[in-house]
Amino acid sequence: MKLPTALSGASLKGRLKGERLITPVTVLVITAAVVLMPAERSNWDANGVISFLTFFATFVAIYAIFTLGLNVQWGYTGVFNFGVMAFFLVGANAAAIITKGPANTEYVRYVGGFGDRLAFLPFLDSDQWLPFLFGIAGAAVFAGVLAFLLSIPALRLREDYLAIATIGIAELLRRVTIEERGLVNGTRGLTGIPRPLGELVSTANYKYVMLAIAVATLVLVYLAIEWGIRSPWGRVLRALREDELTTAASGKNVFAFKSQGFVVGAMIMGIGGAIYAYANGAVSPDTFTHFFGTFIFWAMLMVGGSGNNKGAILGAYVVWGFWTITLQLQGYTSEHPGPLGFALPDAVQSRIFFIRDFLLGTLIVVVLLLRPQGLVPEERRVSIWVERHAKRVRAVPPAPDEQAASSSD
Amino acid sequence: MAAIVATYGRIRDQLRDYQQLAGQFFSGPGIFLLFLGLGLWALIGRTDAFVIGVVTGSVLALGAIGLTLLYGVLKFAHFAHGDSMMLAAYLAFFALTGVVVGERTDTELLPWTLSDLPAATKPILGLSFGYGLLIAMAIAGVIMAVLFVVLDRLVYRPLRRRGSGIVIFAIASLGIAIAMRSLMLIFWSSFGRFYVPGIRPTTDLPFGIRILTDQIFIFWSALVLAPLIYLILFRTRLGKAMRAMADNPDLALVSGINTDRIVIWTWVIGGALVGIAGVMLALQAQLKPELGFVLLLPLFASTILGGIGSPQGAFVGAMVIGITEEVAVTLGFLSPGYKFSVAFVILILMLFLRPRGLFGAKT
Repeated sequence: MKLPTALSGASLKGRLKGERLITPVTVLVITAAVVLMPAERSNWDANGVISFLTFFATFVAIYAIFTLGLNVQWGYTGVFNFGVMAFFLVGANAAAIITKGPANTEYVRYVGGFGDRLAFLPFLDSDQWLPFLFGIAGAAVFAGVLAFLLSIPALRLREDYLAIATIGIAELLRRVTIEERGLVNGTRGLTGIPRPLGELVSTANYKYVMLAIAVATLVLVYLAIEWGIRSPWGRVLRALREDELTTAASGKNVFAFKSQGFVVGAMIMGIGGAIYAYANGAVSPDTFTHFFGTFIFWAMLMVGGSGNNKGAILGAYVVWGFWTITLQLQGYTSEHPGPLGFALPDAVQSRIFFIRDFLLGTLIVVVLLLRPQGLVPEERRVSIWVERHAKRVRAVPPAPDEQAASSSD
Repeated sequence: MAAIVATYGRIRDQLRDYQQLAGQFFSGPGIFLLFLGLGLWALIGRTDAFVIGVVTGSVLALGAIGLTLLYGVLKFAHFAHGDSMMLAAYLAFFALTGVVVGERTDTELLPWTLSDLPAATKPILGLSFGYGLLIAMAIAGVIMAVLFVVLDRLVYRPLRRRGSGIVIFAIASLGIAIAMRSLMLIFWSSFGRFYVPGIRPTTDLPFGIRILTDQIFIFWSALVLAPLIYLILFRTRLGKAMRAMADNPDLALVSGINTDRIVIWTWVIGGALVGIAGVMLALQAQLKPELGFVLLLPLFASTILGGIGSPQGAFVGAMVIGITEEVAVTLGFLSPGYKFSVAFVILILMLFLRPRGLFGAKT
């Protein structure tokens, strides 16, 4: 399985002028809608818009973390994971039960609950941040261990079998959280998850803290992946994706590298799950559906461009923006029409969520057909050393006979 | 250190030998003995669970026969199969009653429906439905066949031409599955519906077991369709060409087989099967958009257990999974919430011990 790069598929269409405009136009349209629609709805109230955009950006950052994790697994390692929900679920629940205090009522039962005991460092008001670091680390560890255990049998399977097996694992874990009532409180889910750094600011301003945490995590994860993927380790992963046999022939342990890529991706998803749990303040089993827990991240990655971290983040922004816009559209009823008397017909208005799912399902097919490389195609050169060297070489004007050689670069 | 490595290597080799041995055992009479034993024990121990298992297995078999055909000939995991079945069931429902969800309540959209045929809803043969549903089923099958061919032209063929891997097909079919389910939700909302509301007629079987007459009908249709597809595959020119294509598409092409036409025929047969399977699923359970995706895992388990591309294998695999599920739950080995995990465990075991399945061709 080879990723469609800029070379295949759209090479002919790529010469058309419009192709280059797709990415900026998409981003502009989404941004305009995300900013203008709530502004218009709230009668151009700046505070309302800023508050809305803060929540929006927080969740974009969280979903971008998942998409980055999926990008490590699929975009770089070429491991096909249709069970993102499994790691989402494990990460979110692990972070919740590590950070919360012990369960103490008859109706709330879960394991763990170390929150009160984790602030043992005497300095820097550590009960404000230490349990959350433990929560995030725990989420990453749990997701990583799960991925490692899975990788031993699963990565030896053919790609389509792996897809079915990962769906099965995700479904199994979902059932376990619901059926085993004492594990993470069954169908009721976990609520009242403490907020990281919650005592620092007032509740009204807390959303900015959460945004900062989510964005900081995203940036850290992004830098870590970029660093890893441009290292020799990352190049082995990409070589694996392109051709396992050749990589094995070059003396690389195919299974070990695949397993590492899978585990690292899963740990990133676990971290995403932890931040999700903190941002939401609650974890409900209803969140973990195959659609919302797995498919939407695939849509984000395919739309953004698999094999490119910037693309993965942009994809999360575009798809979540689209998701939010449909939510906003629901407000344009006949009683509260928008500008120019725009209102959705009742039949559309009551079904807007289903229509959104339909459009998202169709969108992924359309992207696969018309722009398989996504909004931001994969970069072909990934070594910082090549880049630095190329810059140095370009600084010196090349000799005439070298010009022909470098023009094919 | 060297000793540890050597020991580790020896243990690993030993384990690999055991795995091979287990594989050979399962490829030999072992697996039949195992399942036969389980089946017999279930038959004697809990006949009622066994019978219900056969009915569950029949519904699975109807879906798995179509899935195995598509998987075998077209070589990709059709993740939209469960949702296609449910969509077909809703199409039959629409042809029969013309009902869609309107502004607040159900409204009849069509001026004329199959129910308006003379005595179309009068129960036949002691079943709960009349011949109208059978016509509706045929219509649903035809629509699904056309839809599959159109989807192949629009989506799968361009992907095939581009030489996309199986993963891209899997994602595309998952996208289509989501779109299909949303369509059902848009038009018929999420609550459960029935073709015929009310109490349905039952039949008494020996040993004091009472089941719905519809369920006997479902069993018979699975029992008829599996051999039918077997005959098409192994006794007709079309089937021969399909099998040739399943083995090696390029070789089939240079042998003068019009592979493009074979693909279309495969989708047409697949669509017709989906139509029948969907209506049977809705008869056994109910009409509910979410049911399609839930069915996906047992469907794939049946297909892989039986061997991809083998209709008789799909039938046997579906029966094994259906019976094991029901017996395990009835005997209290599993809480009903974990019912699906039976299919999953069988699937995983099969993938490791014998990935080509019970009836699959050696590769």
